[in-house]
Formats: sequence, C-alpha cells, structure tokens
Amino acid sequence: MEWNGLTESYLDYSATTPVCAAAAEACLDAMNRDFGNPSSLYRLGMEAENIVSAARRTLAKALGCEEQSLFFTGSATESNNIAIFGSLAANPRKGKRIITTMVEHAAVLGPFAELQKRGYETVFLAPDETGSYRAEQFFDAVDDRTALISVMLVNNEVGTRYPVEEIIRAVRRKNPDTLIHIDAVQGAFKLPFSIRTAAPDLLSVSGHKLYAPKGVGALYIRKGVKVSPLLFGGGQEKGIRPGTESVPLIAAFAAAVNWYLPQQKELLSRFEALQGELFRRLEEIPEVSVNSPAGGVPYITNFSVKGIRSEIMLHFLESRGVFVSSGSACAKGAKSHVLDALGLSDARADTALRVSFGAYTEREDIARLADGLREGLSSLIRTN
Amino acid sequence: MREILLIKDGEIALKGLNKSTFENILVKNIRRRIEDLGKVTIQKAQSTIYVKPAADDYDADEALERLKKVFGIAALSKARMTEKRFDKIAEGAVEYLSDLLPLVHTFKVEAKRADKSFPMTSPELCAQLGGILLSRFHNLKVNVQNPDVIVTVEIRDFGAYIHAKKHEGAGGMPIGSSGKALLLISGGIDSPVAGYMMAKRGIEVSAVHFISPPYTSDRALQKVENLCEKMCEYMGRIPLYIVPFTEIQEEIRKNCPEELFTLIMRRMMMKIALRLAKENGMQALITGESVGQVASQTIGALACTDAVCDMPVFRPLIGMDKNEIIEVSRKIDTFETSIQPYEDCCTVFTPKHPKTRPQLSQILEAEALYDFEPLLERAVEGIRLKRIDMNR
Repeated sequence: MEWNGLTESYLDYSATTPVCAAAAEACLDAMNRDFGNPSSLYRLGMEAENIVSAARRTLAKALGCEEQSLFFTGSATESNNIAIFGSLAANPRKGKRIITTMVEHAAVLGPFAELQKRGYETVFLAPDETGSYRAEQFFDAVDDRTALISVMLVNNEVGTRYPVEEIIRAVRRKNPDTLIHIDAVQGAFKLPFSIRTAAPDLLSVSGHKLYAPKGVGALYIRKGVKVSPLLFGGGQEKGIRPGTESVPLIAAFAAAVNWYLPQQKELLSRFEALQGELFRRLEEIPEVSVNSPAGGVPYITNFSVKGIRSEIMLHFLESRGVFVSSGSACAKGAKSHVLDALGLSDARADTALRVSFGAYTEREDIARLADGLREGLSSLIRTN
Repeated sequence: MREILLIKDGEIALKGLNKSTFENILVKNIRRRIEDLGKVTIQKAQSTIYVKPAADDYDADEALERLKKVFGIAALSKARMTEKRFDKIAEGAVEYLSDLLPLVHTFKVEAKRADKSFPMTSPELCAQLGGILLSRFHNLKVNVQNPDVIVTVEIRDFGAYIHAKKHEGAGGMPIGSSGKALLLISGGIDSPVAGYMMAKRGIEVSAVHFISPPYTSDRALQKVENLCEKMCEYMGRIPLYIVPFTEIQEEIRKNCPEELFTLIMRRMMMKIALRLAKENGMQALITGESVGQVASQTIGALACTDAVCDMPVFRPLIGMDKNEIIEVSRKIDTFETSIQPYEDCCTVFTPKHPKTRPQLSQILEAEALYDFEPLLERAVEGIRLKRIDMNR
C-alpha cells in the first residue's frame, strides 16, 4: 500500500481523505503546465479543455453513465443543491410533495428545510427496526403529487448501505414522474455501484472523500431530465454550473478515481478484515456498544463509550495520536439526528464515536485506537 | 495641505495638576495604536491633541477608525490644516468639503479663535466663510438651529483647521493610568465585556484562561485567543496566561462533594490567579460575574469565592442584565465569537444540583479532604504566556 507520510492514526476518512500522490501530481501539472482557461481558443485552452473532457470520461466510466450526463461542481453540497432546487424549479408541474429520509446529510436536509419554508410538503421517513429502509416505505409515501425523492447511498455516520436500487424501482412503479436523487458521497467509487443498473435521475459525488482535494464535486443528470441552474454566467458545464472550470481539481478528481478504482475490491476486503479486528477489540471493552446496524459498509463504524462524552474521548484519543470523529459535528451541538432517528438514547448518542477507514489504514491503527479507548476509560472522569 | 487628526481629551481634561501625566500616557497610547500606519508628529494644546502625518498619502481614515477605540478620547475628527489667512482658509474649506457638502441640505459655520491675533472676529469669519460656501454649493441653506453639518474653523497656534464631522471617542481614561489587573476569561459572553469595562477606566488588563484537555479542546483555547484579539482593538496588547487545570478539576471531582464542585473550582482558579497577579505586579482581579446569573454567582457563592482573595476583585457586570451585557459585547464585537459552542473549563463536570446557599465552613471542610497545594503549585509552574496582539 502506498505510504502517505502520516505517522498518526487517522481514522476519519469519511470526514475527508489525504490527497493521493497521483491526484496531487495531476493537480500540480494542471496548475503549472496546463494552466489555460478551457474556453480559450488557443492551444493552452484546448489542452485544459481536453483535461476536463478526459476527467469527465473517467468519472462517467467509473460511475457507469454517459459522459454527457456528468457535470463538475464545486462540492457535493453544491451538487445536492443543484439537483434538488434545480430539478424542482425546472419541473413545477410535478407536484409539491418531496420525500427524503431522517438520516440524510445536512447538504440534503438543508435544502429540504428551505423548501419546506417555501411551501413544499416535505416528508422525512424514519428508518425501520433494522436501521435501514425498505422499498415499500417509499412506495407507500410517494403519491401522484410527489415531485422528488432524495436518498443517500451510504449513511455517513453509521455506514448503513441503503437499498437504493430497490427504492428506485418501487418509486418508479408508483409514480414514474417522480424524480429520484441519490447522494452517493460515502459510497460512490468505494463500493460496486452503477448508475446504469440503479437508474436514478440525479446523483451527487464528492472529490475529497476519495483522495482528491476539497473543492470539487460532480452531479449526474439523466438525459432528458430538466434541471435549472442556480448560478448564471459564462455557460460552462452546459450552463448547469457556470464559472471557469477548476481544471486542477477536476484533473485531480479523475486521477484519484483512476488510482482508487483498480484497488476497490482489494480495499473492500481489507476494510472487512480491519472492521472484523475492530469489532473483536471493541468486544473486549465492556463499556463499548456498537451503534452501526449490522450489514453496513466495512469502512464506517459507529460505537458509544459508556460514561465518556464523545468530544472528551475524541480529544483524549487525539492526544494519543488517534483521530476519530464524534457523532455530532460540534461540542454542544444538538444530538446526532442520525443516532436519534435510530432510536438511541441521549446517553448513547452523547458518547458516540465514528471510526472510518481508508486506503492507508493499518492494523496497528486499530490497536492504537483500542489501547487509547482503554486508557481513556481508566483515566478520564466519567461524566455521562 | 494635508489631513490631520484632532483629538479631544475626555475626562482627563478635568484633572488638576497631574493632567499632563495622563495626557502623556494618552499620547503614548495613540502613538502605539497607529505606529504601523506611518510617521506622525503629535502635539498637545488646550485639551486637544493634534496628530500630523508626515506623508501626503497617510491613511487618515484607518487611523481615525483605530483611534475611535482608544480610551481617554472624548471626540475626534479629521481636519484640513491651512495657513492662518482667510483666503487660504476659504480655499481649503471649499476643496476639503467638496465631497460632503453636495450631499447635505443645511449647514452652519462655527469659528473658534484661540489665537486672538487673527485679524477677523469669530462672527466675521463665520459670515464670510458661510457666504463663500453658499455661493459654491447651490444646494445648501443656512440653518443655525439644526444644521445637517457644522463646519468648524479653529484658529490655533500652529495654524487653521477646518473640519465638519465629529466622531464620538471611546471615552474613559487612558489605559495605563489606573494600574494593572488580571481578567479571568472563560470564553463566554461576560468576561470580555468585564475586561473592556475595566480597561475603559484606564486599567492595563492581562488575561488568564484555564484549560482542561482533553475535557476542553484546542478550539476552546483558540476561541479565547480570538476574543483577546478582538479586545486588543480597545486594549492594545494583551498578555494571555494559560493555566493547565485538568488535574485540579479531576481531583476536585474525585475527592469533593459534587454539589460543591463549581465553587471549589472557582476558589482554586482565584487562588491561581492571585499568585499570578502578585508575581506580575497586578493589583486586582477582574471577573465577568453578575449576581444571580448562575449558581456560582449568588451572593453566598460570591462570598465563598472572595474568601480566598486578599486583593480587590472587580466585577463590573455585577448589576447588569444579560441583555445589557450582550449589547456591550456586540458593540465591542466579541459576541459572535463568544457564542461558538466549545466546551470550556467552567462547564466541564458541572454538577446537576449545585449548592446555591453554600456555607464557607462546608467548603473549607470539603477542600480539606485533599491536599490541593502541590497541584496548585504545579498548575502555576505550568502556566504559558502568550502575547496577543491586534490581528492586522
């Protein structure tokens, strides 16, 4: 496995990833050598345009879609916003009801909350007793006035992989006019997944969850689906996302995909082994209970440490060179909406930690984490 | 002909024989606050301080904004300096006010003739300059009662000054004129306001903050540094003392009754702050407490905290409502930083049912359960000093 120079145990790959060497190199080349504006008519511009086109082909191939349907954006948040606001604006006759889940990322819940203010009837479906969703839930919720549904592929906090293929089929059966958006940020490229098979109308991905730099995302828009842009300008990305293309970041995104994809299978089985090791070690600590429902992706694991609030254990682990994330993003912030939706008690949610693996994760990192948890449990004052 | 700054003393103008001591401190503070903007000469005369830039391209607007936050200044304005000849004054006024006067409807001219050798009387000067301005700016009318703009001409020893817009100063006394004190800063809304209020009375404020990693995060400390940076706009540089406090909090929690946790913790903080203050020549402590705000701020609780103190503890917010405190924190622009939700040392381990009517005897008994002295010494030894300066 490639060594990236990290000496500490970074176990927060679902927050962001380090940039892989191939992506950094592609980025640098596009900043130094191929710095032209893709819209310029001379050779430098054409070369920059070629980089963007090649990157689009790479991503399209990896996601299983036509390259004409893929648009580069500034982030997955932007992709989600264009997908949700843009498709509703372009299709006002489809109805005023929109449906999502209670466990989405803020980049979907935010637009839904805003649309609620603007008069849309918003529905937030609760997970079933297994912590996942069944296609029937969506079949039942969709009616003839439902304009859009949005579901994530993989939950960022607990790692559940939702059955989006079945959900999409069920929704199509009920109302073929309902548009379907998939937030695939935590699953795309890391799992076997194909747009062709799943057949959503809209799908968002992010670069920095896949060893590319922050500041680049992409949006798939199925051919024939109308989407209005949120920004207006020079017509780049067929007017869906105008603004001079960020050639360096787009080049890096494609380089990262080219680097990651051939390893996907091998990494997945590595993550399974690592998660098995993590579960074994967590089982030996009586204060730990796992929050991730069974059957999730092997690279995201959520668990609670009885008696020690998330942030305190997080900072304790940090002092031992281990980086994990707390269930919720901010210290006094509201309890995680995902753990809440899964029916976890406040005490469990307040003490939750998320561990996420990536290409550079080793067995020693897990050992360090487990040792850190034990040490923390024996030395920290328990407040919860 | 260039722009200068005219600064009116505040309260120190009322001082007696030691007035010049106060003025010298103010001049030093003014100089320090704008020293990176370029060379200036500063002169004093008749409760006015004149800041004259050496260069024509001096950024007088930036200097004005900064000096609005220097304590000891009642009012200030930018002015055009001319020769003490009426034709030069009139020419200067027309040019200098050509941005302002077309935008207003009414005006009047006021003259102050400190130099009595000037050949025109004040009423003559007002009438003639008013006439010239009326003939040049056709939108203008004279309104003596309630004008939009008062054009002031001052005939002084060094020259004539024309100005039209007076800005309110920060008021108070020049920092350094009332001694030194140590502010206990937690990161909340109150302590920066308390620091600001005491600095306004001329006190040179240093700050002390207690950290309890891993129970508190680097971000909580960063937040306090950001607050100090904001306060620097009023206070100049702030020495920030950072005290490692984890061990003490853990031992209080392990060894003392839970309901007394906060009070004993505050007493320990006071003890450390006292030692720090004495070592560094500070004569008082400052806290952001306000009666009744939380359980540790009842009269009884404050008495228990004060029992460890043998120097004055200033609590300028003691009688203020939260809304009043927030108003000041918005004015000094610390509010938005203060409300960032990072856990600080005061809220870690907060008991569910703190004692609101504590007996000092109970507390002394509880503290005697454990020998905190070696821990206090270690905490004082572990203090780090960080000098916070304005973020320019």
